[in-house]
Amino acid sequence: MSTSVKKVYGYLAEFESASKLWKACEECRDAGFQKWDAFSSFPVHGLDKAMGLKKSILPYLVFFGGLTGLATGFGLAYITQVEIYPTIVQAKPANIFTVPAFFPIMFELTILLSGFTTLFGLLGLMGLPRLNHPLFASEQFKRVTDDGLFIAIEARDPKFSPLGTREFLEQLGGTNIELVEDDAN
Amino acid sequence: MATATETKSSAEVKERKGPKLPVLLREELILNNRSANWVTERICGILEKPQPMLWWLLFIPAALVAAIGVGFGLTYLVSTGVGVWGNTNRAMWGWPIVNFVFWIGIGHAGTLISAILFLTRQNWRTSINRAAEAMTIFAVMCAGIFPAFHVGRVWMVWFLAPIPNANAIWQNFKSPLLWDVFAVSTYFTISLIFWYLGMVPDLATIRDRATGKVRKALYGIFSLGWRGSNRHWQHYEVAYLLLAAISTPLVLSVHSIVSFDFATSVVPGWHTTIFPPYFVAGAVFGGFAMVLTIMIPARALYGLQDMITMKHIDNMAKIILTTGTIVGYAYLMELFVAYFSGAKYEAMAFKYRLFGPEAIGYWTMMSCNVISPQLFWWRKCRENLWVVMGVCMAVNIGMWFERFVIIVTTLPRMWLPGDWKTYAPSPVDVMTFVGTIGMFLTLFLLFLRFLPCINIAEVKWTLPESDPHHDDKEELDDPGVVKIATYQKEIDNGAVKA
Repeated sequence: MSTSVKKVYGYLAEFESASKLWKACEECRDAGFQKWDAFSSFPVHGLDKAMGLKKSILPYLVFFGGLTGLATGFGLAYITQVEIYPTIVQAKPANIFTVPAFFPIMFELTILLSGFTTLFGLLGLMGLPRLNHPLFASEQFKRVTDDGLFIAIEARDPKFSPLGTREFLEQLGGTNIELVEDDAN
Repeated sequence: MATATETKSSAEVKERKGPKLPVLLREELILNNRSANWVTERICGILEKPQPMLWWLLFIPAALVAAIGVGFGLTYLVSTGVGVWGNTNRAMWGWPIVNFVFWIGIGHAGTLISAILFLTRQNWRTSINRAAEAMTIFAVMCAGIFPAFHVGRVWMVWFLAPIPNANAIWQNFKSPLLWDVFAVSTYFTISLIFWYLGMVPDLATIRDRATGKVRKALYGIFSLGWRGSNRHWQHYEVAYLLLAAISTPLVLSVHSIVSFDFATSVVPGWHTTIFPPYFVAGAVFGGFAMVLTIMIPARALYGLQDMITMKHIDNMAKIILTTGTIVGYAYLMELFVAYFSGAKYEAMAFKYRLFGPEAIGYWTMMSCNVISPQLFWWRKCRENLWVVMGVCMAVNIGMWFERFVIIVTTLPRMWLPGDWKTYAPSPVDVMTFVGTIGMFLTLFLLFLRFLPCINIAEVKWTLPESDPHHDDKEELDDPGVVKIATYQKEIDNGAVKA
């Protein structure tokens, strides 16, 4: 099928330094693009603001994950030690007043469930793991995990135009501008 | 654009008379102005090139020791019975629990480096956190072996899990031993998540450099399709901060709970309130010594001197000095309380520790843990790698003896002198312990071989050009000062290549 039509993913442009990337991001944000992203091998300080990203909601998820852990720990200890299988050891009563002895397990389960929520919440928010991505078709994009700094503006952005966006990226100081095609279709 | 006032002030500076003002530069975290690409090449090179001969010379014996010590030792134990260990009625906790506390303590430095130093914004941690976290995981794996087999019938170890056992009996949630199960398993799980999550961007680096198909597929799967997107970095950094925030109280809780195993009992010599902070300080102390013990040779072997600099070693030596001194204070406070409380059983317990049949253990502990780190008060000692290695080896030995003293000199001599016994480890005890050392080294060497041993992404983040305002910074050199590199002496004598 050599004549298959490929879908355009968008433009990919490389930037020389973190400073240039940061300034270009501010320009992209101010130009009103929505479906675009910056790529770097390390987290660039302050780039979230330059891109106009909202704060991550992950802490809220983790807070409720932690609360679930706390409740699980208390429930597990209370139900087994007071309801199902009450035993009097260390002269501690088999009722709610033994709760200080449950604190370590409540604490550990709070931490455990917070940790799991962080991991799975993060993966959910990032939309990972995924096996492939259109950008991986680009040969120069391999350098993103080495020392490459890129901006990609997607074709599904309402402000995207085949010529205008290319020019815009050139104006920002982008080099090696490349039209990336989606292999999957 | 220089304003009028700035021009005037720089003219004034030029006119300044007299000797130039010496200014000590802040130590650079990465020496010799290395580029991001150099960092990638150097770290990935370790696992892409064939390993040096020394790696094989260490790996083969370590793997053999692990196979014989842990593999054969435990097979023999399970097929014969737990009686092949030296534990007796008077010393239910012998070497196995000594080793358990020793290994679990080693792990604590990894979490301290990755979590507490992250929260306190100590950027020098970036060069050492990956290896230290790996060390944590492997140390906890070694630690876990001992209580699991110490239960006697290892196939009944599921009795520890919070499910009713075969007789519908539930665990005692009021017991420190069960708290320990939760603490250690949570610690292992969270450390693993922290370690793995921190490694995802670096695994992607290796994936993008991979040439072989299998290699590409494997690193591809484990890097989860990471593509360095800033929309990902945004959540990722929050996740990393959250993990650091929950690991910090966790690491303090784990060794506190381990110390509750002792402190909540009524055994003279154990029943003390100083145990939790004393155990935590000891764990950090022993852990940092182990980090240096394995990082100094690895640094030399793979040429990582520009990333793990003398500043790192200096900082760690200072932490060892601080925590070692805290541990020394705890030892002396224990003695003081034994004397000043007027509790005669406590006093006797300590008299036997100091002068009893196992006094050699006590004095080894004292000299290795309290006296040897005092050398780090001198800068010359912190800068001499042989001295640093020597002190760290002494601390490794001393910290093992600390747990030996706590357990073995106490349990066999409790309340009734008629009951007293002397404890002796069996050859299987020794074999299993030596086996875990082999296992630890084997796992660490495999880690060096297959995973990025330095956090590539975070090291790049500490480079000056990674600052988005780096290009904007004007060079404002003050001619009235002389800048002096902190490790000028080392650079001059060629220890650090310029």
